[in-house]
Amino acid sequence: MSRSIVFALGLVLSMLTLAAPVAACGGLIGPNGAVNLLRTTTFVGYHDGVEHYVTAFQFAGGGGKFGSLTPLPGVPSNVERGGAWTLQRLVRETQPIKALAPAAFGAERNALDRVEILLETTIDALDITVLKGGGAAVGEWATAHGFRLPADAPEVLDFYANRSPIFLAAAFDADAAAARGQRIGDGTPVHITIPTSNPWVPLRILALGKQGNDPVQADVYLLTDRKPAILPLARGANGLTLAYDQSASKPLLDDLRSDAGMGWVPANGWLSQLRIDTNASTLSYDLAIDVQGHSPSRVAAGLETPGSSDPTPIALTMLAAAMAALILVALREQRRTVSA
Amino acid sequence: MKHALSLLLLVVVAGACAPAAPRAVTIAIHYSQYSTNQVDVPAGVPITFTIRNDDPIDHEWMIGDMAMHERHRAGTEAVHASRPDELTIPALSTRTTTLTFPVAMTLQYMCHLPGHEAYGMFGVLVAK
Repeated sequence: MSRSIVFALGLVLSMLTLAAPVAACGGLIGPNGAVNLLRTTTFVGYHDGVEHYVTAFQFAGGGGKFGSLTPLPGVPSNVERGGAWTLQRLVRETQPIKALAPAAFGAERNALDRVEILLETTIDALDITVLKGGGAAVGEWATAHGFRLPADAPEVLDFYANRSPIFLAAAFDADAAAARGQRIGDGTPVHITIPTSNPWVPLRILALGKQGNDPVQADVYLLTDRKPAILPLARGANGLTLAYDQSASKPLLDDLRSDAGMGWVPANGWLSQLRIDTNASTLSYDLAIDVQGHSPSRVAAGLETPGSSDPTPIALTMLAAAMAALILVALREQRRTVSA
Repeated sequence: MKHALSLLLLVVVAGACAPAAPRAVTIAIHYSQYSTNQVDVPAGVPITFTIRNDDPIDHEWMIGDMAMHERHRAGTEAVHASRPDELTIPALSTRTTTLTFPVAMTLQYMCHLPGHEAYGMFGVLVAK
């Protein structure tokens, strides 16, 4: 039923005084609990009920350890090193290089009040842990493992944990990266495979640790088999703009498919580029996607809390059935009254 | 009757001489916000403050005048443990302290961890 979406996340974060590494749609936690986030780029792929999440951690120099927390819509079945050019190729597709230079590929508390470690792996200088737990438990785990969470973290972690209690924590050791010979600008792409029927992209987490007026800029690329429906709508005034929206070209799909781990890319697709350009106080939502082009979930978009009146088809069906039953009872009572 | 009046006077005087029982004030911290941003207390009596941190991150409860807060804004002390008017409350824990404000005064309480004051972690204590 599901078609394919491709999200790839490429993230360029840097700090004013300490250059650092970072992850895509994740909140970066630096030594002082706050960072300055420059424009980020994100891609995710969804095909046959599986979300392929590709994010890049870029080594921007400096020293020390940094961390990133990324909320996920489901439990990953695999976390591995991502392909070398997926992110760059998607950027080039929507922002064609005008010069004659050749393309530069390859350079680059309840039941959940305790944390369950679902997966641990190391990719280059990144120590990656996939966690399952409530917001408080994940926050406590992160604090205990050296993450210094900013002031808004408790609320943001609950915001995500109430919808999907799965988080990916990435700890980046800049000293280890330097020792490995990684140069400033080198990226470590990470490919997360997530079976889920409910794909969404975490956006609010990009504002983690920022003041209300701090800018947040990001690009999210979606590749779906058909034109998707998204929520919130890209109105511009809400900080979300649809910058590219057309059928994906065959050369793009061929190039993506030829990258490591990207064999799942289908023969046809629809490419959308969503541009986020707003401030931290406005970015209170995530990006919900309906790959069939119908109605994305308001809960997945963060516009409603779980358990609120998200009008799912099942809920509407049950409501209609209840109303029909009430009408039947009323008619029956009326007949009884008349016959009496 | 005269005996009863003498006894009543004795009780009042004894009550005045005995140390006053500490008054209790509880402040919770949730989502990096104090549960109240103004506390009124009587001057001259000990007040026991219970600060409960419901968040999974550390917080502080530092009380003093603006000069004291200005010093802490630029401070480098990671943990406050030795002074009763400067508390570090680790994640998901509770700390208590007892303070007496000898005269009427107005003080501020804040968390000086990076970004927390700007996020709204401040309040006013009025002793009168």
